[in-house]
Amino acid sequence: MRADAPIQDNARIGGRFAKLKAIFALPNDDPRKTLAVAVALCLACSVVVSTTAVALRPLQERNAALALKEEIVRVSGLSTQGRSLDDAFEEIEVRVVELESGRFVDAEDPMTFSYREAAQDPDASTALGEHDLADIDRRPNRMPVYLVRRDGEVETIILPVYGAGLWSTMHGLLALAPDGRTAKALTFYEQRETAGLGSEVASDSWLSEWTGKVLLENGEPVIAVVKGSVDPASPNAEHRVDGLSGATLTSNGVTNLMQFWLGDRGYGPFLNRLTADRG
Amino acid sequence: MDKTTGRLVLEPIIDNNPITLQILGICSALAVTTKLAPAITMSIALTAVIVSASVIISLIRHHMPSSIRIIIQMTIIASLVIIVDEVLKAFAYELSKQLSVFVGLIITNCIVLGRAEAFASKNPPWPTFLDALGHGIGYSVILISVAIIRELFGSGTLLGVQILPLVKEGGWYEPNGLMLLAPGAFFIIGLMIWGIRTWKPAQVEKPEYRINIVHRTESG
Repeated sequence: MRADAPIQDNARIGGRFAKLKAIFALPNDDPRKTLAVAVALCLACSVVVSTTAVALRPLQERNAALALKEEIVRVSGLSTQGRSLDDAFEEIEVRVVELESGRFVDAEDPMTFSYREAAQDPDASTALGEHDLADIDRRPNRMPVYLVRRDGEVETIILPVYGAGLWSTMHGLLALAPDGRTAKALTFYEQRETAGLGSEVASDSWLSEWTGKVLLENGEPVIAVVKGSVDPASPNAEHRVDGLSGATLTSNGVTNLMQFWLGDRGYGPFLNRLTADRG
Repeated sequence: MDKTTGRLVLEPIIDNNPITLQILGICSALAVTTKLAPAITMSIALTAVIVSASVIISLIRHHMPSSIRIIIQMTIIASLVIIVDEVLKAFAYELSKQLSVFVGLIITNCIVLGRAEAFASKNPPWPTFLDALGHGIGYSVILISVAIIRELFGSGTLLGVQILPLVKEGGWYEPNGLMLLAPGAFFIIGLMIWGIRTWKPAQVEKPEYRINIVHRTESG
């Protein structure tokens, strides 16, 4: 019995193979052949596409890390004139913050810490449930922050922020003045919003509007992107940013992610502590 | 190179150019030609996709059920475009960011599907390869020429190197902002089509309508 088994198996595989061959020998307009061709094509394409994606991932990640460094230096306002990116980056202090307490933690190596990985890890993140303003499901317990110091005093605080737009998760960096509530600069370095409409979220002309806006009032996030343009005469003009025309959902996404990350569950405790320390 | 080989590759470059004669792929020709570097990358990407998609489709042409043949062609093209996109992200990150959405749109570029349907699904792999290569080159020639004109006159540079010194940097050249806008590309492509059709009158289409001169009655 046992000795026969492999032979039987072979015969069965041979039989299946013959059946497969028979299907492909059918005329092209036979529904069975149509189905077989469709399935075979989908399998072949998915194998090829996923193999390429997996094989190239390390290279892509290295590129993304380099691009992030470049964005951090750009948003920090440090000059790269006459020196390399790495030299400029040296001036920036990278720390990891525990969001709940708002304190720095030294348990992680800030250079290799990835908040994206942390957000996937149930032990390193918190489910947000109904507090999920930015539509990100889970929030990492720790986030990296970047500090620029001049003569020992913090000059710029750079916070990574992210949240859902219309199609994609938008990843950005927010640079704050030492008062912890005035925006110095903002950038979105990763987004896949509608080209020409929502994608303007990453355009220099729109991002430059954020400079000087006051994002928090009495520790509460008050910043919002409005529909249309801001009336400079209105009393809360410093808390409002022009909407992106034709991209209401992307604009709302930016408001939501700002409200979330500057709030109690975001960097709120950290910003409070940082500004309280300064007296 | 025998006669048909040469014809298959060379014909789409001027005589049957996908952009200037078939008027296909205009969208990307407008969008990626403000600078030369993305235009070159886009040309290479499209040529790679059209050649490999056409050859694959030609290889399986006897097994394509006619009821789902367009879907099959689209699936193959889409998979190849994803691969090109991934390769760009790995080896040309900056360019891939500039091109991202347009590389994705190669899927809907009429030139690729057009060759798959009109040529690859009816011909053996070798002629298909030549035909696709010819169309890829034909597209690239126009894209690169438009990009050279736009970058040179729009920003005074070529591949980022300053050729015409700008007034604001103490030179003499006042850049033409129109070149950087989409209408600038329309004008250049329009003028190119005019030029080519003057040179090769065989490309001029017969008018679909003729405006007749109507006799008017004098009414005072």
